[in-house]
Amino acid sequence: MAKSTFNLAAIRRKAIDQVGVEERCARFQTRSIKTDAKKQGLKMALNMIDLTTLEGKDTEGKVRQLCHKAAHLHQGFPDLPNVAAVCVYPTFVKLAKSLVADKGIKVASVATAFPSGQSFSKYKIEETKEAVSEGADEIDMVISRGRFHQGDYAYVFDEISAVKEACGKARLKVILETGELGNLDAVYFASQMAIAAGADFIKTSTGKIKPAATMPVTLVMLEAIRDHYHATGKMIGMKPAGGISNAKLALHYLIMVKEILGEEWLSNEWFRFGASSLANDLLKQLVKQETGIYQSANYFALD
Amino acid sequence: MATKKTIPTEGIAVMKTYKIFIGGAFPRTESGRFYPIRDNSEKLIANVCLSSRKDFRNAVVAARKAQSGWAGKTAYNRSQIIYRIAEMLQQKQALFVKEMKELGYTDKRANDEFTAAVDYLVHYAGWCDKYVQVFSAVNPVASSHFNFRVPEPMGVVATFASNHTALLGLLESFIPAICGGNTTVVLASEDLPTCAITMAEVIATSDVPGGTINILTGNRKELLPHFSSHMDVNAFVIWDAETTESIEIGDLASENLKRVRFYSSEDEAVLSPRKITDLQEMKTTWHPIENISGAGSGY
Amino acid sequence: MAKTKKEISWDLSPAPESTGHVTIDKRYDLFIDGKFVSPTTKKYFKTVNPATEEVISEIALAGKKDVDKAVRAARKAYDSTWSKISAAERGKYIYRIARLLQERAREFAVIESLDGGKPIRESRDVDVPLAAAHFFYHAGWSDKLDYAFANTSPTSMGVVGQIIPWNFPLLMAAWKIAPALACGNTVVLKPAETTSLTALKLAELIRDAGVPDGVVNIITGAGETGKELVEHPDVNKIAFTGSTAVGKMIRRSLAGTPKKMTLELGGKAANIVFEDAAIDQAVEGIVNGIYFNQGHVCCAGSRLFVEESVADEVVKKLKHRMNHLIVGDPMDKNTDVGAINSKGQLQTIEKYLKAGEKDGFEMYQSQVAVPKKGYWCKPTLFTNVSQSSIISKEEIFGPVLAMQTFRTIDEVIDKANNTPYGLSAGVWTDKGSKIFNLTSRLQAGVVWANTFNKFDPTSPFGGYKESGFGREGGIHGLSAYLNLQG
Repeated sequence: MAKSTFNLAAIRRKAIDQVGVEERCARFQTRSIKTDAKKQGLKMALNMIDLTTLEGKDTEGKVRQLCHKAAHLHQGFPDLPNVAAVCVYPTFVKLAKSLVADKGIKVASVATAFPSGQSFSKYKIEETKEAVSEGADEIDMVISRGRFHQGDYAYVFDEISAVKEACGKARLKVILETGELGNLDAVYFASQMAIAAGADFIKTSTGKIKPAATMPVTLVMLEAIRDHYHATGKMIGMKPAGGISNAKLALHYLIMVKEILGEEWLSNEWFRFGASSLANDLLKQLVKQETGIYQSANYFALD
Repeated sequence: MATKKTIPTEGIAVMKTYKIFIGGAFPRTESGRFYPIRDNSEKLIANVCLSSRKDFRNAVVAARKAQSGWAGKTAYNRSQIIYRIAEMLQQKQALFVKEMKELGYTDKRANDEFTAAVDYLVHYAGWCDKYVQVFSAVNPVASSHFNFRVPEPMGVVATFASNHTALLGLLESFIPAICGGNTTVVLASEDLPTCAITMAEVIATSDVPGGTINILTGNRKELLPHFSSHMDVNAFVIWDAETTESIEIGDLASENLKRVRFYSSEDEAVLSPRKITDLQEMKTTWHPIENISGAGSGY
Repeated sequence: MAKTKKEISWDLSPAPESTGHVTIDKRYDLFIDGKFVSPTTKKYFKTVNPATEEVISEIALAGKKDVDKAVRAARKAYDSTWSKISAAERGKYIYRIARLLQERAREFAVIESLDGGKPIRESRDVDVPLAAAHFFYHAGWSDKLDYAFANTSPTSMGVVGQIIPWNFPLLMAAWKIAPALACGNTVVLKPAETTSLTALKLAELIRDAGVPDGVVNIITGAGETGKELVEHPDVNKIAFTGSTAVGKMIRRSLAGTPKKMTLELGGKAANIVFEDAAIDQAVEGIVNGIYFNQGHVCCAGSRLFVEESVADEVVKKLKHRMNHLIVGDPMDKNTDVGAINSKGQLQTIEKYLKAGEKDGFEMYQSQVAVPKKGYWCKPTLFTNVSQSSIISKEEIFGPVLAMQTFRTIDEVIDKANNTPYGLSAGVWTDKGSKIFNLTSRLQAGVVWANTFNKFDPTSPFGGYKESGFGREGGIHGLSAYLNLQG
């Protein structure tokens, strides 16, 4: 591992007022997104999905079905974009890559003893390297929340740096597991720490515990990204994961990105949704927009 | 050619089954036991559940589960919900008067008590968002601190309704408790229990979260030791207790220092906010006031 | 890996609120003694939609005789009905008003926005719910006044005259009528001439609620009508919300009379941001404090004080936020900042903008487009102003913020208090003991710590100094409508 460059004083901390954050989120949810804006938003959101399967019972067959869905979201609807990426366990990277690489869809792999992160650093780094060598375009790592709560920030920082190094050309998403951090001040601090240590994306959750992504934690993380951009000019990506299963909520998240960061972030290069069932709801809403008729789940493939 | 089938317009009435009310649902007593209520001419009005200690146990679980949600609502919201109970009750005057008359009430007494019950609900609905203002204080302590005292709900309150009335006594036994953010388990009047269950139906359609109010029917003597001793009940309200009851209650309640309140239908000022604060704990909080220009007292 | 930034734009499409379910009559009469009656003046004045400059309706102009009729009706109702029925019954009537208003909430919100220019989202989410809550809260006090004022034998005053402004028309009507009725008084209310519609709709609703005739009377008109009401000899109490200038005239006019009075007047609130504040939430609070409701708020945080060490950051974030405010059609559900209430008010605001520019302060305005027709003012920020400038001293009543830096706590407290006004103030810091230091020393009737423009029926609202006297809301607000012994 490289020499530590951790400098606690250089990592930005600030007070966050939770009540104020929740009020702002409530206001975002009063935004009314209609007609053309809605269609455009729904398509944008589809193109931002990391279609995910991270189950103990995943098999090659499951991954094949997921990859097929990723590139064939719905028949009979013109100009539908593909999802941004598929997200799988490291042992399925090779298979996934062989199925989606030629469709412009990325392969993201979890690593670092996902989801708990409770393992020895050297295995987490090795796991990362292996996933990258199998062809992963992106790595979704988890931070060591236990160490964070112990106040061992240097350890958390150095681990992220080392994983970043192991990523090589792959982009690194750092999962904070905000549901375990306890309060929004910690979410802001962890975000800045991850960014300082080399994250290309910061991500809310593993999706394995509740609460997963919420608007308040996402807002705080977007503010961390904005503060970093103002200080350095560098863009960092954002990925809320888990808990966003309906289109209306997804569109409100996009409004939040637009108003906090700006329209340059409204692409899958800088924003992703970690979701699986969201795709079908987006499709239902798109078809409803086109036809004016409310849809049924039976008409949208469950993969 | 088939003969046209018509819906008959007269016939035998469908008799109502009186169940108990726990967690927002209407289960039967797990004991399967009942006791009959008959009118003056010995005609059966209802077989009413003879609730067991297990029913009580289940009701306490439901009340505990509901308590933080109920206390977490704004006072305004609780106020609206209790007002809604009054809205739902008002429409059902004929039904309740009929039931009370089956229990031996005169027409006048039934109507008077019904009107009083509706007004009782409206009155207490209006206390939810006011009693804190009347019974809190900022205290002028002799140091640079902001010091304030506010009431907080005790938690789960068990109650014995008065045996003397069918409807008003039932409401008196638990409404002040829920105004203050507590959840309740109520034992209805033993001799006049039917209105209590119909009242449960009214509550069930009033946006009251399940478990906030739980209503049992049964034998007061049998259930008294359980109501008194349950370690997860924070307070016990008894209307019109016999002397022997009060000794037994006080003794058993000592185990967890349950707060016990004895009320008498004869003496009580019915519409007093003290019925609410009797079931509140008082919390005092201190916070420093920094004073750059010199030390001294705060407010 | 930074790639070239693609040009992405995502504009919100129009999201108009439907108005088809709403009825506005072509003409409205005065509401006296439970009926709509035509004015003795035989005159009507137009009311205009400030976003489109279209005439929406005609409103009756009440003259001296009409005011007298209304006061007589109120007195009759007081003597024969309202002081006779039980307090609990009074409460039940007021509960009905609250519940009916909740049922008809959307209709009232639409009319409020059409008539006054505020965004439909604000009418829908703030004005109407708060108005209903106000009636609901006060209904419950009717039969509990002995507990609010122990040992004082509270009694009603009689007939109260109430004059309200155009910035929160329905809400101000609720703030006035609810406590007056709960305390057993009858009411003659004059809404502002540019925003009479929701008060008149409220009159219809009060009639539907079965409230006895004459308990609430609505007389419409302008300054003259208000003057007649203030000077009427049979009114026991006057409640006025409006400008400090008019408030002083009323005060003079009532000198020597037995009439009681409460005045809720203007303000020039200091909104103070410390270095240790939750800065992003503070920026939101600044915006809530001065740009929402177009700055037509007596307690607006119109003077911003920022600790110098974070001034650049705050200003930068504030400008960014200002550029994301949507200014436009009040009937669009996405609009954040609506139309200025009237041509006259817009001219007043523009006068101040010119004064600020003339004084040489840097002026920044939201980079948004505004419609051609209608009365509009872009959210405006003047930075590094001085305490002595006219834009720091006088109430502009528009979306215009005057900002100064400060260095120490004592300095900012002195500057915050250095004004004849004293309605409200805001404090933004994460440190608890600092909050209480400031809240105990700021001379303002309402102090918001780490929040702004929060209102609740239980929370008393009113000013120090020339922002008026008396409180509305909570127990204290009731005392304005009662005679208390001992």
